[in-house]
Amino acid sequence: MSPELLLVQALNGLQFGILLFLVAAGLTLVFGVMDFINLAHGVQYMLGAYFGASLAAATGSFWLGLLLALPAALLAGLVLEFLVFRHLYDRDHLAQVLATFGVILFLNEGVKLVWGAAPLQMPIPALLEGGVALMPGLQYPIYRLGIIGAGLATALLLWFLVDRTRAGMLVRAGATNPEMVSALGVDIRRLFTLVFGFGAMLAGFAGVMAAPILSVEPGMGDTPLILAFVVIVIGGIGPIRGAFVAALLVGLIDTLGRAAMPDLMRLFLAPSPARQAGAAIASMLVYILMAAFLAFRPAGLFPVRTG
Amino acid sequence: MTTPRLDRRQLLATAAAFGLAAPHVARAQAQAVKIGLVAVLTGPQAALGTQLRDGFQQGLRHLDGKLGGRPAEVIVIDDELKPDVAVTKVRAALERDKVDFVVGVVFSNILQAVFRPVTETNTFLISTNAGASPFAGRGCNPFFFTTSYNNDQVHAAMGQVAQDEGYRRVFILVPNYQAGRDAAAGFKSRFKGEVVDEVYVPLTQLDFSADLAKIAAARPDALFTFMPGGLGVNLVRQYRQAGLANIPFLSTFTVDEATLPAQGEAALGFLHAAPWAPNMDNEQNRRFVRDFEAQYNYVPATYAAQSYDGAMLLDSAIRKVGGNLADKAALRRALEAADFRSVRGNFRFGPNHYPVQDFWLCRVARRPDGKFQTEAVRKVLENNADPHVGECRMRPA
Amino acid sequence: MREWVVPLVLFAGLAAAPFAGFGEGYALTLLARTMILGMAAVGLALLVGGAGLVSLGHAATLGVGAYAVVVLDANGITDATTVLPVAIAAAALFALATGAISLRTSGVHFIMITLAFGQMAFFTASSLAAYGGDDGYTLFSRTEVAGTRLLEDRLAFHYVCLGLLGLTYLFCRAALAARFGRVLRAARENALRVRAVGLDPYPYRLLAYVLAGAIGGLAGVLLANAAEFVAPSYLSWQRSGELLFMVILGGLGSLHGAILGALAYVLLEEWLSHLTEHWRMIFGPLLILSVLFFRGGLAGLLAPRQRR
Repeated sequence: MSPELLLVQALNGLQFGILLFLVAAGLTLVFGVMDFINLAHGVQYMLGAYFGASLAAATGSFWLGLLLALPAALLAGLVLEFLVFRHLYDRDHLAQVLATFGVILFLNEGVKLVWGAAPLQMPIPALLEGGVALMPGLQYPIYRLGIIGAGLATALLLWFLVDRTRAGMLVRAGATNPEMVSALGVDIRRLFTLVFGFGAMLAGFAGVMAAPILSVEPGMGDTPLILAFVVIVIGGIGPIRGAFVAALLVGLIDTLGRAAMPDLMRLFLAPSPARQAGAAIASMLVYILMAAFLAFRPAGLFPVRTG
Repeated sequence: MTTPRLDRRQLLATAAAFGLAAPHVARAQAQAVKIGLVAVLTGPQAALGTQLRDGFQQGLRHLDGKLGGRPAEVIVIDDELKPDVAVTKVRAALERDKVDFVVGVVFSNILQAVFRPVTETNTFLISTNAGASPFAGRGCNPFFFTTSYNNDQVHAAMGQVAQDEGYRRVFILVPNYQAGRDAAAGFKSRFKGEVVDEVYVPLTQLDFSADLAKIAAARPDALFTFMPGGLGVNLVRQYRQAGLANIPFLSTFTVDEATLPAQGEAALGFLHAAPWAPNMDNEQNRRFVRDFEAQYNYVPATYAAQSYDGAMLLDSAIRKVGGNLADKAALRRALEAADFRSVRGNFRFGPNHYPVQDFWLCRVARRPDGKFQTEAVRKVLENNADPHVGECRMRPA
Repeated sequence: MREWVVPLVLFAGLAAAPFAGFGEGYALTLLARTMILGMAAVGLALLVGGAGLVSLGHAATLGVGAYAVVVLDANGITDATTVLPVAIAAAALFALATGAISLRTSGVHFIMITLAFGQMAFFTASSLAAYGGDDGYTLFSRTEVAGTRLLEDRLAFHYVCLGLLGLTYLFCRAALAARFGRVLRAARENALRVRAVGLDPYPYRLLAYVLAGAIGGLAGVLLANAAEFVAPSYLSWQRSGELLFMVILGGLGSLHGAILGALAYVLLEEWLSHLTEHWRMIFGPLLILSVLFFRGGLAGLLAPRQRR
């Protein structure tokens, strides 16, 4: 592999990691603050993509589509919270897993009923069209650089909100000691609803950002959901910083693994089985990483200090 | 296709479901020819199954809801692209609903799963899309027919195109499963130049940027790929966005009418090989495409066309035996005769019950009404029989 | 005595079913599927209900059992005296290896690590090109019992499944009633207290995990025989979720609840999928409602005084 190619692959991994971060951020927030396993986070990401694609088609503008999709995703999240999730905060993880699994079944089928089974597309905005030549023959799409930028901005915004504002302080306090926070006169339920709505909006944002490069289709949230769980487990449940670093790590390992593993395997095997075995092992890498973390460092990269 | 059509057939199927408690209710409807239509209708590949189902239903519509003069009753079976689910549901159709034929099947892994359960009960299985190789060769079966192709033929046709165009270095990108490996092998069977790299990606792949970078670094004369359904949507758009479109995009089952609505302009000019395209100039096809679009409001793909042919094949065979489905040997001869007018024009069965037909190089184009379709450019292979036919020793039914 | 009524009625019902309107080939297929999934669910109930360990990777043990049948089948070995021990041992070994690591964690981390191992098994199965890879593998024949093709007969297969399910049930019930079960339950309620009396819960939990894995392997052998087909989708995390749902739907308090749950799940799926192509839109909310309002499960409904 040439150094140029390696660089491009690293950039690809970075961009994939950022996209994962956008999905995982909302998940880790909800998980960390409310100790709530939301398997439906993936379908909320899918809803965002569907809202974005159909609103962009209706208004003829990517930006309007993005702008309108965010409140739509928020609203959908709040409706779900009101109907389902609210009743699960006091229940064990098992009940949460199953009930949110039910939400997945419902929404994956629901989008098919509304939008049909065929994949939708969302155009790239004119502003971010085209690409920059990073190596001969390959244009690196500006839109992907846009995703990296949006991800970094989101990370900064989240850091600011959680670490520097009163709401963020309550959220952090609510995560470690909900009784204390309610004793201080804060409505913990309202706080949870707020966090949940925000998480849903983040998922929707990730969906809209992914829509122009990935196909918008029923079930599109299932794979990112599992990867997002890998991310938050590696990063340590709760902190944004952990999710950010872990997302980049997973993105890089997955991408570089897929790029290099078949060549690595060729050292041991004949070319054709090497390619196939390499591809299979590459798709397992992130799960191996997660299992290793869970076994040897279960609290993740950045453990939450509990006091 | 967004609303559930709860028509008489589905109501009947519902009645049959209640019949679980009283299994004898469903049997009263003995006069109709019962068809189990297997298609994937849920999950990311549902668009392909929808095409297949609608194509068959369009055929029935042109036949006034009858097959060979007998009323037809279709039980739609969603295989969910899960082989074990498909086996269970197809067994149900055979044993509970007593279907006379099992038709359809988009993916070859589903076909392999349902093959034995269907043929072992001496029921005819007509694949209108999946064309797995084992059943064309040593595993050929008197109760199995396909109105589509053998997968290898389509990939080989693309290999021939690469050879004809004089490409010397080709990059191969396929998913890491049996059909993907077959695609690579099929392409290489006729392409004699250098394969600079073969990349296998997982079936669940979302982002191709790492592979696109590899392609750019390898600078091949052309890319050969096979990425059905949603995979193809992602690849085509990302390929275009990465500025690689100047490298010829040779594909099979990657840019077709099922995925073009989502690929749109990104796929313009991309190449694909197929036995059929919507613009084929014969009367049967013009009628099919016109009425299909009027009914369903989208452009049919090969899945629909081959299923339409499947309905016509059944009609011709049942007519030939005078509606008597009990004499399996006679019915088999009637099916082998393939006495119907295909939307492909040229069509007959080889001794292994796979079609002998022409394969075309097609290019994605925009129609005057703004919709996208593939258009036949030139004939690549003529009267082509699949490479496995020689291994088939068809036993008498 | 009271606690034997529901299971006895359940097993008697399953035994009588072929002669009470469910003797048609298809109804038998459906019942066999129910009993097999029910068996896997009983193993999982031992883990979840007994030991409080929520595994989201239980389908992998079914897959290991099923793939053991495949590997032996491809090598021409189809006799039950070889197939059964090999498949069960393979699944138990898989459970031992993954459980030894997984049980170092607890709570949500346990859910996640079992999910991770499940995914690894899934990708391994998908990459077994010699055994069909993603496409799955059609068995040449069903497993032979004492040189006869006994299992080809639907009715015989029905009673084989029923007998093995009964044995599994009795075995798990006995295990839970023994000291082993008492330690598991005590560790579930309060692991600290168990340690305080000088007992390490780890080996007990590991044994429970291995037992559940072995039962999963047995169910996998039967599942492969029922479908005469094995595919990586047997190992998907969604399948693990379905098994969990069966256990919860039946009720965590009892082992026969898992069988009831499997019965309800399979029949509901079958019935709804005939009502509409979009049956999941009904099934999803039903799942949510059952979690929200149906805490005791089916078993709790049938025997309200038994638990809680």
